[in-house]
Amino acid sequence: MSKFIHAKAEKNLLVLFLATFITVSIGGIVEVLPLFTIESTIEKVEGVRPYSPLELAGRNIYVREGCYLCHSQMIRPFRDETERYGHYSLAAESIYDRPFQWGSKRTGPDLARVGGKYSNDWHVRHLINPRAVVPESVMPGYPHLATTPLKMDAAAHLDTLKTLGDPYTDEMIANAQADLAAQATPDADTDGLLKRYPKAAVGDFDGEGDRLTELDALIAYLQILGRMVDFTKFDPGQADR
Amino acid sequence: MTAVVQNSPGAAINAGAEPYLEEIIKKFTVAAVIWGLVGFLAGVYIAFELAFPALNLDLPWTTFGRLRPLHTSAVIFAFGGNVLIGTSFFVVQRTCRASLFGGEPLARFVFWGYQLFIVMAALGYVLGFSQGKEYAEPEWFVDIWLTIVWVAYLAVFLGTILKRSEPHIYVANWFYLAFIVTIALLHIGNNLALPVSFFGAKSYSAYTGVQDAMTQWWYGHNAVGFFLTAGFLGLMYYFVPKRAERPVYSYRLSIVHFWALIFLYIWAGPHHLHYTALPDWAQTLGMAFSVMLWMPSWGGMINGIMTLSGAWDKLRTDPVLRFLVTSVAFYGMSTFEGPLMSIKAVNSLSHYTDWTIGHVHSGALGWVAFISFGALYHLVPILWKRSGLYSMRLVSYHFWIATIGIVLYITSMWISGIMQGLMWRAYDSWGFLQYSFVESVEAMHPYYIVRGLGGVLFLTGGFIMAYNMYRTVRGDVRVEQPFESAPQGAPAE
Repeated sequence: MSKFIHAKAEKNLLVLFLATFITVSIGGIVEVLPLFTIESTIEKVEGVRPYSPLELAGRNIYVREGCYLCHSQMIRPFRDETERYGHYSLAAESIYDRPFQWGSKRTGPDLARVGGKYSNDWHVRHLINPRAVVPESVMPGYPHLATTPLKMDAAAHLDTLKTLGDPYTDEMIANAQADLAAQATPDADTDGLLKRYPKAAVGDFDGEGDRLTELDALIAYLQILGRMVDFTKFDPGQADR
Repeated sequence: MTAVVQNSPGAAINAGAEPYLEEIIKKFTVAAVIWGLVGFLAGVYIAFELAFPALNLDLPWTTFGRLRPLHTSAVIFAFGGNVLIGTSFFVVQRTCRASLFGGEPLARFVFWGYQLFIVMAALGYVLGFSQGKEYAEPEWFVDIWLTIVWVAYLAVFLGTILKRSEPHIYVANWFYLAFIVTIALLHIGNNLALPVSFFGAKSYSAYTGVQDAMTQWWYGHNAVGFFLTAGFLGLMYYFVPKRAERPVYSYRLSIVHFWALIFLYIWAGPHHLHYTALPDWAQTLGMAFSVMLWMPSWGGMINGIMTLSGAWDKLRTDPVLRFLVTSVAFYGMSTFEGPLMSIKAVNSLSHYTDWTIGHVHSGALGWVAFISFGALYHLVPILWKRSGLYSMRLVSYHFWIATIGIVLYITSMWISGIMQGLMWRAYDSWGFLQYSFVESVEAMHPYYIVRGLGGVLFLTGGFIMAYNMYRTVRGDVRVEQPFESAPQGAPAE
């Protein structure tokens, strides 16, 4: 009987094709699709917000340079990891990450909570020449980031993300280009920016005064990583509901 | 060399009037060898970047972050892809006794279209266009182009099977078909993205965070499962029996392990996300199916290796067959290691470390590259109508140099990976973390050098192969002592 059934697949291309297609589809349907519908997949926590235009620009540089190939952004719930890096990562913390940057390799340390751990000045020196501050480091230097002016049509980027479902408001999009510059300009009026993007790091990141560079953007991104959720108020029992 | 075995599948008898299209397969063969060398060279270079960071040159285009996707795409999609498409065109014609559907023009479109995809992807990485998803780095416009080429490829393959003059669809073609269909599904599913502007390269993924992670590893693990496994099992089912001049060991086993393999593989993706923010139920499913996957994987290995029953002596005299059989042994080894590493307790140590890199390379170098080398060595004299390869001795040198290279690579990565994992979790007697992160970086240095040297050996083997093939195509035959017990004048037939 089973021999007879399989003989069909061996002799009829349509049967073989359809049987193959169905067989390889099942796993994905069971494992991937429910993640979009089961509510407990993403914890209920406060504080996670879309990226500010400058942070987004920095994140795009992080993606472009392939930082995820050596740095993870996913702290696992082990004693050594939470002591080394901080509270274990929540799914909620990457809901605005397109694409996710959890990574798969730690040639360098995890960066999920690197925000606020080092000064802007440290980041500038480290990104230009990692071995100037960490002699054993094997990370490439990125001196060109400090000299490349940041170019970004911020409104278009925010608009694209809004289309995909991220909660950028019309006000955010209207102010996008101004916010992009203001976040890295010393003594700029950042009240509106900080209202739109609470906890955003502001100031002159790269020490270059009013020149807006790719280095400004990357550091602004690194400085917000892991800082959006206030873990002193986090209750895992409540978050799972 | 070109002598065909009448009782093995796909004997070169074409009943139809149309001759087989072989010019196009020559192109794929040459492209595979060239891209292979590019990919191995890129791998060696970035391996040494990790040992000697000055090699990054502090230029935007040469950093590890940009060259690593170049390496992975060059070896997987450029080298592996050209081998897969080229051999599938060869195998499907002979096992169906029909010439390629769509003829020379459609086949040529697939070839040049695919090379254009490779060049666009590679230039993109170096110049800084990346989606930032592993093994799916090309941006949206490259993805769309690949989709068009892939549909043409599927049409050629299906069309050729439809016009076959053999009643049966040979088992190698099931595997090739599963590979083509599933890669199409994965490619489209994982790359859904919205470009910021029609004239710009930048796009944003349609998925975020945890859903994006799961979709990516559904794709990523099955790029391994279907590109690097099912497709190359298609090669195994044609070239191993052909070269050994023995029938496939068990037809029943091939049926069982085919369906089990393609069903189970798709579920294994979450083992890349153990202990992350992916829900536990998905992690557990991924682990359970990964462990189950061990069985159909070994089903394939057993079927490949046991095909040599009664022909084991050929390993002594035919280094091409040695490549093919060793590849199946490596396949067995890495498909045992994989399920082991997918167990959560093991993964808590191995994840994020070099152990993963070592595991990937025992599969990529030992299985994928070795079976490709065996198939290419087998194909070149047939395609260019030569009596045999320029030199069997050089094939043997290639085999041993590459094998030593793999051993250096995977053993150094085992040691460094396990050491990394242990250092990260080590506590001293006062209850403090014993090592800072950078101490684990420093400890890797000697192993990164050994790994690089292993890569140099593997690359050297690649150059020996290219030289041997070049001389074969020119029609040269090296005067050399044939291997023991090979008949006079026809070394290692």
